Amino acid sequence: MNEEVNPLPSLEQDQTSEQTIEEIVASLGDTVGQPRVEDPKMSVSNVDVFYGDKQAIFGVDLDIANNEVVSMIGPSGCGKSTLLRCLNRMNDTIPICRVSGELTLDGEDIYSKDTDPVLLRARVGMVFQKPNPFPKSIYENVAYGPRLHGLNRNKADLDDIVVNSLKKAGIYNEVKNRLDESGTSLSGGQQQRLCIARTIACSPEVILMDEPCSALDPIATAKIEELIDELRENYAIAIVTHSMQQAARVSQRTAYFHLGKLVEVGDTDTIFTNPRHELTENYITGRFG
Amino acid sequence: MNAQEKLNTTEVVRGSLKRRYAREKRFRLFGLAAITASLTFLAVLLITITVRGLPAFKQTFIQLEVTLDSKTLGVGENPDINELRKANYNGAIKKSLTALFPDVKKRKDKKALYKLVSKGGQYDLQKRVMADPSLIGETLKVWLPVGDDTNSYIQGNIDSSLPEKKRRFKDNQIQWVDQLTEDKQIQRRFNSTFFERGDSREPEMAGIKGSLFGSMLTLMVTLLLSFPVAVATAIYLEEFAPKNRWTDIIEVNINNLAAVPSIVFGLLGLAIFINFFSLPRSAPIVGGLVLSLMTLPTIIISARAALKSVPPSIRDAALGVGASKLQVVFHHVLPLAMPGILTGTIIGMAQALGETAPLLMIGMVAFIVDVPTSLTDPATVLPVQIYQWADLPEKGFVEKTSAAIMVLLAFLIVMNAVAVYLRRKFERKW
Amino acid sequence: MLLLIIFVLTSIAYVVGRSRAATLRKNGEQLHSLPRYYGYLTAIYTAVPALLLLAIWSASEPTFLKQSTVKTLPAEVQSLPQGQLDLVLNDIKNIATGGITQTADDPLREASAKHYNDRKNTSQLLKSIVVLVASILGALYGLRKIGIHTRARVFVERAMMTVLIACSCIAIFTTVGIVLSVLFESLRFFNKVPFTEFAFGLHWSPQTSIRADQVGSSGSFGAVPIFAGTLLISAIAMLVAVPFGLMSAIYLAEYASSNVRAWAKPLLEILAGIPTVVYGFFAALTVAPLVRDIFEGVGFEDVASESALAAGLVMGIMIIPFVSSLSDDVITAVPQAMRDGSLGLGATKSETIKRVVIPAALPGIVGAILLAVSRAIGETMIVVMAAGLAANLTINPLEAVTTVTVQIVTLLTGDQAFDSPKTLVAFALGLMLFITTLILNVIALVVVRKYREQYE
Repeated sequence: MNEEVNPLPSLEQDQTSEQTIEEIVASLGDTVGQPRVEDPKMSVSNVDVFYGDKQAIFGVDLDIANNEVVSMIGPSGCGKSTLLRCLNRMNDTIPICRVSGELTLDGEDIYSKDTDPVLLRARVGMVFQKPNPFPKSIYENVAYGPRLHGLNRNKADLDDIVVNSLKKAGIYNEVKNRLDESGTSLSGGQQQRLCIARTIACSPEVILMDEPCSALDPIATAKIEELIDELRENYAIAIVTHSMQQAARVSQRTAYFHLGKLVEVGDTDTIFTNPRHELTENYITGRFG
Repeated sequence: MNAQEKLNTTEVVRGSLKRRYAREKRFRLFGLAAITASLTFLAVLLITITVRGLPAFKQTFIQLEVTLDSKTLGVGENPDINELRKANYNGAIKKSLTALFPDVKKRKDKKALYKLVSKGGQYDLQKRVMADPSLIGETLKVWLPVGDDTNSYIQGNIDSSLPEKKRRFKDNQIQWVDQLTEDKQIQRRFNSTFFERGDSREPEMAGIKGSLFGSMLTLMVTLLLSFPVAVATAIYLEEFAPKNRWTDIIEVNINNLAAVPSIVFGLLGLAIFINFFSLPRSAPIVGGLVLSLMTLPTIIISARAALKSVPPSIRDAALGVGASKLQVVFHHVLPLAMPGILTGTIIGMAQALGETAPLLMIGMVAFIVDVPTSLTDPATVLPVQIYQWADLPEKGFVEKTSAAIMVLLAFLIVMNAVAVYLRRKFERKW
Repeated sequence: MLLLIIFVLTSIAYVVGRSRAATLRKNGEQLHSLPRYYGYLTAIYTAVPALLLLAIWSASEPTFLKQSTVKTLPAEVQSLPQGQLDLVLNDIKNIATGGITQTADDPLREASAKHYNDRKNTSQLLKSIVVLVASILGALYGLRKIGIHTRARVFVERAMMTVLIACSCIAIFTTVGIVLSVLFESLRFFNKVPFTEFAFGLHWSPQTSIRADQVGSSGSFGAVPIFAGTLLISAIAMLVAVPFGLMSAIYLAEYASSNVRAWAKPLLEILAGIPTVVYGFFAALTVAPLVRDIFEGVGFEDVASESALAAGLVMGIMIIPFVSSLSDDVITAVPQAMRDGSLGLGATKSETIKRVVIPAALPGIVGAILLAVSRAIGETMIVVMAAGLAANLTINPLEAVTTVTVQIVTLLTGDQAFDSPKTLVAFALGLMLFITTLILNVIALVVVRKYREQYE
């Protein structure tokens, strides 16, 4: 969790040589590969992010299309979580964080004055690293979002939304008989799927996932990965992951970040079989990270 | 999920936004209002007390020419100490007042005239004469404190436009005082009496020296008893105690004691220390005992926190070079935790300094004029003095009470400031 | 004086012990510990037995003196009931110390007093001798122990541990002392006045019971009006403290910038650090007249000048920082992940606080409020100075009511005869107070502890 809340220490750790981050980043050169796609759902153009005086993201361009999973990989502190949190303005909650550049959803600038963060977050849902169900019943957890936004007309509507969301998150069969039990009583993997169901219940258009499996065991991870693949049919998905295998399994495109810079982006297959940038190759072959 | 449905969601959310933001704003405003109101209470409290108390630091004095002839004083040639103590200084003062206003003949008027000077004025004269008996026979120009009503009048607290019957300060008195003021024979000066005397029935002669000394003696006992015991307890519980039922009980017990009403400690003091061990009532030693039992939990809790914040690596390092566990604690852990422990102790002492209720139970509420000098002398403490004065009807005592509160608060602020300073200075991030 | 001598002896013992050990060491003996530990060892042997003896002697001395003095009195005096006998003894003691007595000169008592003085002097002398001898013997024994076979450091450390453990038991003794003292006196009270009358009686006027014929009669010890008054004032206080304290805590924890927080928190804590007697003065002198003027201004009649409302309001203000700092701790302990989860779903900040943070923190907040209630019930000075003495059974906050603590203070300050129900009832009230706050505190502590463990 520390990574998102305070990415600075790890950034500094990476700064082993006497060069400043800015110099290192400049030496990385332009992004390799094609960050743009046709008809993007979300689009990131020349985005810089600062925490106070320190720059965490350097001029990143990236598109996220409908019905695809984009994975963001890179060593810790490379800014991938920071970028993800910019996509639904979760970084607003950190007072010293400043974002410049253009981020759009369906062509509308999400950082413009007219865009409302509440509405944005309803459209762009987020799943966090550690499962964080509310200390309420399973039903209430899922019903939370629709209730907030007034998406249901009546109780029956709400029941429908809850059941559908749980079904889509592939957890309905496991919990259908105990919807009144506390969400925290579930196992870690179930909790994370509950959180996904909670996100789906708001009927978002994009789902952001911040290392959703890092706190889970392999079996739970496999289930979530399967789920991500199914969700792709309806949503645009961006996932930050530490595991290259996971990126290879679930995503169609992969973006490799280093020290806040997008180093290389392209089809997942290409990146993993034939990386063009030296750093990407080093990372993928396990020389660091 | 089709496009139509998604559009719908956006519309629904957008429609409710205005209402939700209004709620957000209101909620935030409530929070701000709550905290502003709380701080306003604080400000009002402090301002009221200060406004009421400030005048008490000044005292009105009247200048009189007093002739100390042995006839008026009623002493013989070469009087001894006892005679000097019992001499009729009041008579001399009265004489000089009559000399000042020779027209005043009626008995009733004379009585009113004498009221201009405080009854405590004679003690000032007594003190001077006893220090220097050769003054007898001389004529002195002295500044004496004025009476309570006169003081009120000078401060503008008596409305002279009211009909005479409705005020305590009569027309002739006003006339005299106005004349004296014109002759520059009435002055406002710093009220040193307030800091140099014990309690008194006369507001203008009452001071806080007695209760201040009482407070100091009591606090001394409290500190001497509670600090070592609390530190020892904290060390045992934090460093040595096995984690079992017994230590669990001790811990719950300490936390509970910290929340037991202070008056219950007073009952304990009354039943055990006074009735069972027959210690003297009203004595600082009993007060100190009770207060130390009361502050123990506070100090223990903060001392434990301080000990806990010393990282285990320090203990490991010292154990590694062959120190015994006790040596580790006393040579390494305790010194590092000391600033934290001291901070907690000061806060505990501040609490004890402001405590009133348990001391009422053990009889520290008596009217005591003398300044206590030993631990078994009857004494009172500053907060109890405030409580006693607050009950008295004279206008002068309202001022004195507020002034005493200001002194008490000043002490507390200094203590807390020291605690904050210590914490800031020695705060360490391990 | 005796203490001083023991202290000097102990210091000497330390120095001698240490130097002797040092000499042994120089002579090549393989001592177990450093010389100063042998010094400590000798000092402990010198001081501890002597001090123990002194303590035991001093504690039992009065009893012995009393018994021996009683024997010198004539039989008819000896057969007096305990209370009167105590008075006589007190007189004798006063004569002995040269104080003032109520009774006129009485040769019999003079004689007893002389006897008392003699015995006392003998006892003092004997005590000094015994204690000094014990001290010197201890020192010699300690010095003899210095040698290869004594592990002085282990001994000293064990002694230190004993001291540490003894100190940590003081907290237990305090509780036991409280329980015993209030329980014992309460039982004596309930012997004179039945418990049911105390607990359910509706009429309270303890002052009248001083007359012997009224003891326990006509329900003058019915404590219900007092309990009701306590609850009324506490309820008013909580009505002020909970909303203000909780909202302040929420604002400070969730909205305030770190700058505002750094200022506002200490300022609020000043409110908590002000002595209660100051609040009492403020309540009596400023708030009570204000309350009366306001309510009489809007047409209420008979607003008491010592209304429950004034006392409750000021008490509430006093408790605000208490509620707010406890709640603040609890709220900040809610993991950030909870907030992120809610915000990530598109909740506004206030929605997140109301629907996620507060429910999650609820156990902790309830604990904090319980502690605050306990505090309100036990608060003394504000009510003593600003609430009344009349035991009215009412829920009208504009009337004067009285509380448990007020009654305890009134009954136990000033002259008191220790056996009258009038004073004993104060201990019964104290017992009720202790039990109530104990229950509240323990529930609160357990709840808060469970809550903390949940998020650790």
